[in-house]
Amino acid sequence: MVRSLTRAAALIGWARREYGGRAEKAGTVGLWLLIGLLLVVGVVDARQYLVTGIIVGSIIALGALGITLIFGILKFAHFAHGDMMMFGAYIALAALVGGGSIGPLSFGWGMIFAILVSMAVLAAVSVAIDRVVYRPLRRRGSSTVVLAIASLGIAIMLRAIMLLWWGPDQQLYVYGIHPARELPFDIMLKPDQIFIVATSILLMALVYLLLFRTKMGKAMRAMSDNADLARVSGIDTEQVVMWTWMIGGALAAVAGILLGIQSNLKPELGFTLLLPLFAGAILGGLGSPQGALVGAMIVGISQEVFVGIDLPFPPFGVPGYKPAVAFGILILVLLVRPRGLFGKT
Amino acid sequence: MTVLEARDVVSGYGEVEILHGVSIKVEEREIVTIIGPNGAGKSTLLKTVFGLLPCKRGAIFLDGENVTGQPPQALVRRGMCYVPQSDNVFPTLTVQENLEMGAFIRRDNYRAKIEEVLALFPDVIERRHTRAGKLSGGQRQMLALGRALMLEPRLLLLDEPSASLAPNMVQLVFAKIQDINRSGVSIVMVEQNARESLKLSHRGYVLAMGQNRLEGSGESLLESEEVGRLYLGD
Repeated sequence: MVRSLTRAAALIGWARREYGGRAEKAGTVGLWLLIGLLLVVGVVDARQYLVTGIIVGSIIALGALGITLIFGILKFAHFAHGDMMMFGAYIALAALVGGGSIGPLSFGWGMIFAILVSMAVLAAVSVAIDRVVYRPLRRRGSSTVVLAIASLGIAIMLRAIMLLWWGPDQQLYVYGIHPARELPFDIMLKPDQIFIVATSILLMALVYLLLFRTKMGKAMRAMSDNADLARVSGIDTEQVVMWTWMIGGALAAVAGILLGIQSNLKPELGFTLLLPLFAGAILGGLGSPQGALVGAMIVGISQEVFVGIDLPFPPFGVPGYKPAVAFGILILVLLVRPRGLFGKT
Repeated sequence: MTVLEARDVVSGYGEVEILHGVSIKVEEREIVTIIGPNGAGKSTLLKTVFGLLPCKRGAIFLDGENVTGQPPQALVRRGMCYVPQSDNVFPTLTVQENLEMGAFIRRDNYRAKIEEVLALFPDVIERRHTRAGKLSGGQRQMLALGRALMLEPRLLLLDEPSASLAPNMVQLVFAKIQDINRSGVSIVMVEQNARESLKLSHRGYVLAMGQNRLEGSGESLLESEEVGRLYLGD
């Protein structure tokens, strides 16, 4: 199995060297065709899974957006992002007071308040970590590999804090049974899940406005393009970095909370999220916000739809293979189009 | 009045010393060109003046004040702007956004300034919503100049503004540089295109091996036998 995989990889590598640009073009077309096929299969054969995929995808998208922004500005892979999401989810759990419910949702206004508190806390924590850990490393001229490994250390630290404080057991925001509603085309959906998708869309729209309509957002894009030129133009790059962490941290908080609403809270959940997060960000093209959104959606939908397709061999029909699907997408993209769907050349 | 003075500047990359004590002076409203063979340290001098490389010995004065070791952000606020030789626009930002980034530190309303700068460059005015990465080489150079003008600098440092441009574009870029100078901006530029740049310069310096070799008015350097032999291909 391993040998045949190595051989396949060598073959693809050879084809890329031999046919250069044409292979890249073919790879891209092939990738889009696969995505189209997946969507068609989802709509025809696995509608319920497709819907779940969109929900999961919209959660992954918020995390992948943060990863891609941080990568664009600071040029390193932020491995603590999954644990930061979970940390945000726990902060909201701590800040959640009062029950009740907003309309058909399982939670009340206390949850909205908890989300805002968690966003603020995570934004502050992210900036603090940058000041204490990443900025001294940057000033010393450390390579991006060093920064990435440092973020891995932060990830382990955050997880340990969560384990100590909240314990290893699974927790929920609201206990009790919240039945799904039946919708046309055999789709079952909980009101909470509509809240998840709506919140995600709202935040992504806000990030879009920030990046393309505000001066700070444009400076973030400028720094992502060319940090040296940004500095030469008089842009305060440390201020840009601070904003990037605040936005990345706040988005991670919401992503973690939405994940907690969709499934549950558990300290080690954050780490297992890293794979789909990075698969989504890389599929879209690291550094591209639009890419992160599309890439994360595709990863979320593929993970679920593969489970929903009824074929007698893996990864079809077995939920345990979800991470394998994300990993498979990651490998495929890195082989045929390393810069991702929307990445810069 | 002297706008810029670099006095016995020693600088380089890390351990490698490239400038071994270079001095230049730029008076108000002057165009000063720095020429010299590859590796003479021309670009290194500009980068050191602009605080991108550490000035190991010597000193840099802006309007008579010692600004040695100040970072670019501080120098930009003092009215000195710099245009790098390559990668001098933000490719995924539109033309207009590039200009906005040039004005990043301005707290006032700079909309009018954007129109004013765009009017200087009719070539790019219609493409204000085009991504800078899609512009031609000449248009990019214009945009890079425009970005530096957004802060209304009194001194512009230009690193090879004519590099890799088509001949007719070189003329156009030089004409723009003269226009900018006539509006009251002092200019220091490093050039490979020695003949064309000396023609429009008030004064020039010749660097070689990280040291001052010659200096004089643009015309006198053009007529100098040594310069002709070494750098003009006569």
